[in-house]
Amino acid sequence: MNDHKPELICPAGGLPALKAAVDNGADAVYVGFRDDTNARNFPGLNFGPDDTARGIEYAHRAGKKILLALNTYPQVHNWSVWTTAVDRAVELGIDAVIMADPGLLRYAASHHPGLRLHLSVQASATTYKALEFYHQRFGIRRAVLPRVLSLQQLWHTIANSPVEIEVFGYGSLCVMVEGRCALSSYITGRSPNASGVCSPAESVRWEETALGRESRLNGVLIDRHGLNEAAGYPTLCKGRYCTGTQPYYAVEEPTSLNILDILPDLFRHGIAAVKVEGRQRSPAYVASVARVLREALDTCASDPERYLVRSQWTAVLDRLSEGQTHTLGAYHRPWH
Amino acid sequence: MKISLGPIHYYWSKENVEQFYRSVEHWPVDIVYLGETVCAKRRALRNADWLDIAARLAGAGKSVVISTLALLEANSDLLQLEKICANAHYMVEANDMSAVHLLAGRSPFVVGPHINCYNSETLSLLAGLGATRWVPPVELPATTIAMLQNTRPEAMETEVFAYGHLPLSFSARCFTARADNVGKDECEQRCIGDPEGRALFTQEHERLFTINGIQLQSGIPCNLFNEMVPMSAMGIDIVRISPQFTATELVVRAFHAVLNGDYTSPEKGMPAVFCNGYWYGEAGMKCLSAEDD
Repeated sequence: MNDHKPELICPAGGLPALKAAVDNGADAVYVGFRDDTNARNFPGLNFGPDDTARGIEYAHRAGKKILLALNTYPQVHNWSVWTTAVDRAVELGIDAVIMADPGLLRYAASHHPGLRLHLSVQASATTYKALEFYHQRFGIRRAVLPRVLSLQQLWHTIANSPVEIEVFGYGSLCVMVEGRCALSSYITGRSPNASGVCSPAESVRWEETALGRESRLNGVLIDRHGLNEAAGYPTLCKGRYCTGTQPYYAVEEPTSLNILDILPDLFRHGIAAVKVEGRQRSPAYVASVARVLREALDTCASDPERYLVRSQWTAVLDRLSEGQTHTLGAYHRPWH
Repeated sequence: MKISLGPIHYYWSKENVEQFYRSVEHWPVDIVYLGETVCAKRRALRNADWLDIAARLAGAGKSVVISTLALLEANSDLLQLEKICANAHYMVEANDMSAVHLLAGRSPFVVGPHINCYNSETLSLLAGLGATRWVPPVELPATTIAMLQNTRPEAMETEVFAYGHLPLSFSARCFTARADNVGKDECEQRCIGDPEGRALFTQEHERLFTINGIQLQSGIPCNLFNEMVPMSAMGIDIVRISPQFTATELVVRAFHAVLNGDYTSPEKGMPAVFCNGYWYGEAGMKCLSAEDD
């Protein structure tokens, strides 16, 4: 049994969420600057310089860390925005930066050798050989794995990895390999890699029609909901499409990942950290999820053999989930 | 500019693959990419079969490159990758960073379209590791590619995905199996029944995507046939044509004719409906022309 307890990494899209995360048991909080240098570049979200400094002070006073996501891919015309962000992270005293772009990783490693680097899920590294690459070339210390590996594949990767492994534990589910998805830019012109957004809000339109409530993304019909159906945000991969006559969730249902069921296994195999998705979510969401996962991690650490998922944990998390249901995602073979 | 034939994205029977490449021997393409890039469960052709095809194509004067899997998951995928990267005869197109790691400093390689190379610094880093050709990610606009051309490392060739259904995303999930309501572990390689993928429509019957196992592609083909003049002016070295089950030869011959100054029947073989939005920095599904600017 590995006696190391995984860190709990929580999201924050603003100072109130950051404080909620710290107050409710996060070991580290990840944030992004208010621009397209991170993969949650949404209007009204993220941190300006003053907020970041205040957030770091708040977390450090509580003995917690702040991680900065700089995990989109800079291009020629805006390269300096990303390098300036790396420099600013160092000045502000960020504990680690989470990055995906190889050129930017090289910049950070050569200009700021003391800066702790985490490999973002957006780098799409799914094997220990890929992790060796980023470790040998840039000295990354941790990697966040895409949500595609089954448990056996995950254990094999951890056993051979030169760096710590962080996995997603709860939140909305990307069904595609992160960093390898251009579906959003195909429809809207903006993608997670290049613009830090998927299915951007400015392209969304809702229409009440005789056939139902329609959600459109840049004019494309994503889904059509009846009167009694809950209609979620039209993320394009969670729409209903047709290969035959009946529309169905051809890519993925609205649901959230939840790994509470496999926590003892994750402990046993030496996972370094469990990450919560949702920088775009409210401080109340962050507080509730952090509290549940804190309790689950502590319970599992104290007696992994007798660990059982408590029904109230599941109830709280399901209420906050897309579609009010959860899945083990790729960790569970039948999901594939 | 040269013409390349990209790897076959779909799952075809061994006979179909062999027959296809026997025809390719006589087509006016300079470079042919071989191998499975989408799903490790597609094993109709073994390594030896691919090498036989490679040898025939090389004998016909084609430059042969072996392409690697874009999404590796199992350790068996890594072992297969190691075999490909260690081959002594053919250049390799790396489609993930595991492949880049295995090839770095050992042999010249191609940076495939599934490697996230978005800027000069990453391109120069890859050049330093041995990359001698790169295929930009399909979503990169012409303006960005042009800027990268200005700073590209010496002896780096640029190859643009110019024709075919755009490979847009990969997943652990098989969407073909899902469409038939079976699990991936029970898929029985049913995608062999969809030699050009399976069309996915919106509820308004708009063809949005193409399901190809664990990959989603554009619903309609990308076609940069009308952009060859600006491409040439930008110093693009190679245009890539992605094989379809039918009519690929017509497309190849149409591109070849225009590249050789023959504009007598430019539309022959070209689809009526296509997209090129990425090239113009717009939504990839759009179809635009230079006059729209």
